[in-house]
Amino acid sequence: MKPFIQVQDAEMVFTTRKGRFHALQKVNLDVQRGEFITLIGHSGCGKSTLLNLIAGLLQPTSGGLICDGREIAAPGPERAVVFQNHSLLPWLTCLENVLLAVESVFGGKESPSQLKVRTRAALELVGMSHALHKRPHEISGGMKQRVGIARALAMEPKVLLMDEPFGALDALTRAKLQDELLKIVARTQSTVIMVTHDVDEAVLLSDRIVMMTNGPAATIGEILEVGIPRPRVRVELAEDARYVAARKEVIDFLYTRHAHVEQAA
Amino acid sequence: MVSAVFHSPSDSVAGASVAVSRPAPAAPAAEVIKAKPPRAPIDWRAVALRVLPPLLSIALLIGLWALATMKGGSFPTPAATFDAAVKLFSDPFYRNGPNDQGIGWNILNSLGRVGMGFGLAALVGIPLGFIIGRFEFANRMVSPLIALLKPVSPLAWLPIGLLAFKSANPAAIWTIFICSIWPMVVNTAVGVQRVPTDYLNVARVLKLSEWKVITRILLPAVLPYVLTGVRLSVGTAWLVIVAAEMLTGGVGIGFWVWDEWNNLNVAHILIAIFVIGTVGLLLEWALISLAKHFTFEGD
Repeated sequence: MKPFIQVQDAEMVFTTRKGRFHALQKVNLDVQRGEFITLIGHSGCGKSTLLNLIAGLLQPTSGGLICDGREIAAPGPERAVVFQNHSLLPWLTCLENVLLAVESVFGGKESPSQLKVRTRAALELVGMSHALHKRPHEISGGMKQRVGIARALAMEPKVLLMDEPFGALDALTRAKLQDELLKIVARTQSTVIMVTHDVDEAVLLSDRIVMMTNGPAATIGEILEVGIPRPRVRVELAEDARYVAARKEVIDFLYTRHAHVEQAA
Repeated sequence: MVSAVFHSPSDSVAGASVAVSRPAPAAPAAEVIKAKPPRAPIDWRAVALRVLPPLLSIALLIGLWALATMKGGSFPTPAATFDAAVKLFSDPFYRNGPNDQGIGWNILNSLGRVGMGFGLAALVGIPLGFIIGRFEFANRMVSPLIALLKPVSPLAWLPIGLLAFKSANPAAIWTIFICSIWPMVVNTAVGVQRVPTDYLNVARVLKLSEWKVITRILLPAVLPYVLTGVRLSVGTAWLVIVAAEMLTGGVGIGFWVWDEWNNLNVAHILIAIFVIGTVGLLLEWALISLAKHFTFEGD
């Protein structure tokens, strides 16, 4: 089967005021349809850069990216992004924030009432029906991230790109949202690529964990196949040998073989 | 006191074993709170500390003024000024020919000029700011001009206005236009440049049309900056109008001050200063409350 997303020899060099910064080097990655992939690595390893390349928000210096048989040249709603800091527009209500996305994808084909139904359904899916008319500053961080996920899901994307979506949340809220994300993904059969620095999150959610080496010139170090069958239940997994082994493998990679050395400036 | 009552149950729980989960003492604690009369009595000390200092400074000013003018002279006493003000404001809208009109007319005429000049400046300046903020080329093109012209006193433009319009009133409006355009251009441009990249990334991922980018993202994000520009502009315009009217004449608070100086009516000049300050304050206050209404918390 042809991979759904292909990253081929992607290189990324940023030209900054301080000079050139070689962020990614020779990144190769194939993602199958319906797969849940997490990118994990120390901060500054370019995992967000890789995600932004797939999103089309950045263009690679060299190499190519293909999604569903087409070259990725620009961002688009078929590759929806859930941003780390939710990026909801503060002057729109939750409903309006999601509706903005729905309108831009389905506005040409469907009636306004159909668009409304889609919007409400997406917010329902993430359990935010109670706050349709609240503005982002009136709801908690976890709720904002739910709305961000609803906005992305409402576009019915081919792939869901998540940039540390739960990074700014407290541990309990994070666990809750992870569980819900598992359920949503099981229901929608979405292809997901998620950036994280949380080992447990990676093992719990992913089919494969892409471990990245430290930057500069970071690349994919290893890819771990998490062979735990779905549905996965957090509480049961805690003592599951496969879970513990996968966790050990990732920790070993991150802290023993590729321990992060703070570079002197 | 209330907080102390509130804390005691949780403290006792923490002190006890881990297993305790239902804080039994909570119920009596709640009753204690309910039994108390509605809290928040007026803190007279805080009120006094807030009200007293400004009153004190005003009293001090008037006291010093009264002391200084006790011996007479050309400077009127506070009482005489107050009497003159009462007389002046008892009939603010009389008209005895073009150079002798009530203070109400003078203020309204000045406000009218400020409104006209400022309105034109907003019409030109805010779109110009958007263009400068959005297109680097326009920014590089216009920035040196703005940098050069911004520090020029607006009154230096008055002769140009007189030359171009051959009349005093449009020249005054022109002066207001020039002085109020810069803050709006600069603030709008800065606002557009500071629209968070995240919002623009959202727009790119959603593939929003340029029209939607402008109406749904740029305008709301830039509005607080625009309103700051408007506030600065109106403040400057109100400063400048007095000076401009002194030079151009006609009906207006600035010319009125000059006229009263020629009449050596110092009491009226003092009243005018007070009135100009009050109107400026009201304008500022109105625009701040407007800005508050349109400012969104980012997070």
